[in-house]
Amino acid sequence: MTDTLQPMNKISVHGLTMNFGSFVVMKDLGFDIAEKDIFAIVGESGCGKSTLLRHLIGLIEPAKGSIYYGGESFTAATESERMRFMGRFGVMYQSGALWSSMTLAENIAMPIEEMAGITSREALDLAYYKLALVGLSGFENHYPSQISGGMKKRAGIARAIAMDPEIIFLDEPGAGLDPLSSQRLDELILKLRDTLGSTVVMVTHELASIFAIANNSVFLDVHTRTQGATGNPVWLRDHSENENVRLFYNRGKTGNPSEQHD
Amino acid sequence: MNEHATKFPRATWQGAVTEKTLRLEGEWTLGSGEIKVEGYEDGDWPKRFVTDGIGHFDSRLPGYLMGCFRAKKKQHEGSLAGLPDKLRELMELALKVPDHHGTEKQKEYSGKLAALGTKMTSVWIASVSLVEFIGETVLSLGRFFTGKAKFRKSDFRTILQECGAEALPIVALITFLIGMILAFVGNAQLANFGAGIYVADLVGIATVREMGVVMTAIILSGRTGASFAAHLGSMNANEEIDALRTFGFHPFDFLVLPRVLALILMMPLLTVYANTIGILGGMLVAWTAGITPALFWTELLSAISPQSYSLGVIKSVFFGATIAIAGCMQGMRSGKSSSAVGQAATRSVVISITAIVVLDSAFAILFTLLDI
Repeated sequence: MTDTLQPMNKISVHGLTMNFGSFVVMKDLGFDIAEKDIFAIVGESGCGKSTLLRHLIGLIEPAKGSIYYGGESFTAATESERMRFMGRFGVMYQSGALWSSMTLAENIAMPIEEMAGITSREALDLAYYKLALVGLSGFENHYPSQISGGMKKRAGIARAIAMDPEIIFLDEPGAGLDPLSSQRLDELILKLRDTLGSTVVMVTHELASIFAIANNSVFLDVHTRTQGATGNPVWLRDHSENENVRLFYNRGKTGNPSEQHD
Repeated sequence: MNEHATKFPRATWQGAVTEKTLRLEGEWTLGSGEIKVEGYEDGDWPKRFVTDGIGHFDSRLPGYLMGCFRAKKKQHEGSLAGLPDKLRELMELALKVPDHHGTEKQKEYSGKLAALGTKMTSVWIASVSLVEFIGETVLSLGRFFTGKAKFRKSDFRTILQECGAEALPIVALITFLIGMILAFVGNAQLANFGAGIYVADLVGIATVREMGVVMTAIILSGRTGASFAAHLGSMNANEEIDALRTFGFHPFDFLVLPRVLALILMMPLLTVYANTIGILGGMLVAWTAGITPALFWTELLSAISPQSYSLGVIKSVFFGATIAIAGCMQGMRSGKSSSAVGQAATRSVVISITAIVVLDSAFAILFTLLDI
């Protein structure tokens, strides 16, 4: 990517290698995510996008390499320091991962109540507000099994933003949604970034949404088992030196946009 | 070619080994009957195709050709040229997706020694993980008693309700019948010696020391242990446990602790209840054999000391912890598929019943040595 001026990096990843047992999923990943970026983790199915996300939020230990948040090492942190980092995260999982024994409102109120130590009345009010933000007013007392997949995703986002996190992680927010819902979701993500001032890191392969909202990205190349490129997706689509990257961003149509490329 | 013969899908391979011609005829659709193959030898691939005899076809034809194409030997190196365009395109579509390298599964070693080694390592890993889990439970209990553990009170109440109150009918039924069986068997033997009255001693001691607590534990293994494993296993599969972790909840405190506490609390209560019902069952049978309840009661009181009564109750605490730990451990460590959740539930029942019987034997030896 062209060297523009670098704002303070909120997240940086150095030399990250991810394993499943002895199988190397991805090696030598290195990229920076700036404050208020909407950062897309992109790649073919099964290349390890969600695995990378799970590394970033501390659910899996990296085989090698380190992850920094605001200059502080996350990978070298102790358990209790890590909890402090994780308090600044909001995570939406692929399937929503709503707690099935609680209603939507309880799903959101529970962490607020326990973490912020406020009354359950106030936590519930907050939960109603967050659900309204994602367009789920009226479903406060539904259980996760009673709503559709798209609504589960939105409820998952409402829970992810429950604590006004500094960094929002979204695992395939648009997958399986119709174009209109998907577009509304994009708007929601933009709005959240602008109003909460959060950094957004999302795993996705919805090109439309990548080009519409992401300003930074990393492409995981399943063939070479390392990152193909990192940078602005639109720029990568037109100028990347790596053919796999251009192929992906152009939906398999090999253009030859870069003059110097053979 | 007559009309009837063309109905069946037919593949005829003709010619010399490296110069085969494949003649395809008939209706190659699902439901048009068995494929008639002639002259095919494993690994063949034709040089030429004769395809003008093909009627309609669906995926069955490319499926058949694909099978031959994948099985073809090097010397038959061949192409798809010569196939009708539509068919060739269907084949090419499937061949175009590059095979993923490194995803083929390695064949596992299958020697007897290797199998023994694998078995031993897995036993070792399972033991280590059991010890770890028990250790985490103890740490979690420690956090609970210092007031640092976070879980939902309402979850705890629900679990208490499910493993305690809702188990009352089934515990009553089973222990009542067991009490009756003990009395029948005892009376049949003791009456021969004219010592029928001692049936009260037999029922009483057997129930409060062993049967009451063991039967309750076995019922709860099947009822509650399996439900813990299935519940936590499906939460794990649905990433709900990860979600707890990212919100800074300790999944162990949040999920395992209330379950262990609930069973440690409910097992002794259920055991006392089971003892009472079991003795009532025995009393009823003894009455039919001519021992009045009053007589039975007096004899019973002389037979059961508070000490022997408390032994069963003490054991119940350990059994409760065992059931909860086995169930929660299988659930938390379960794989992320629906079949893994089922296996977790099965394993939790097998493990906790085995552990209960083994523990009970250990207690029996211990109490004999201590002479209580």
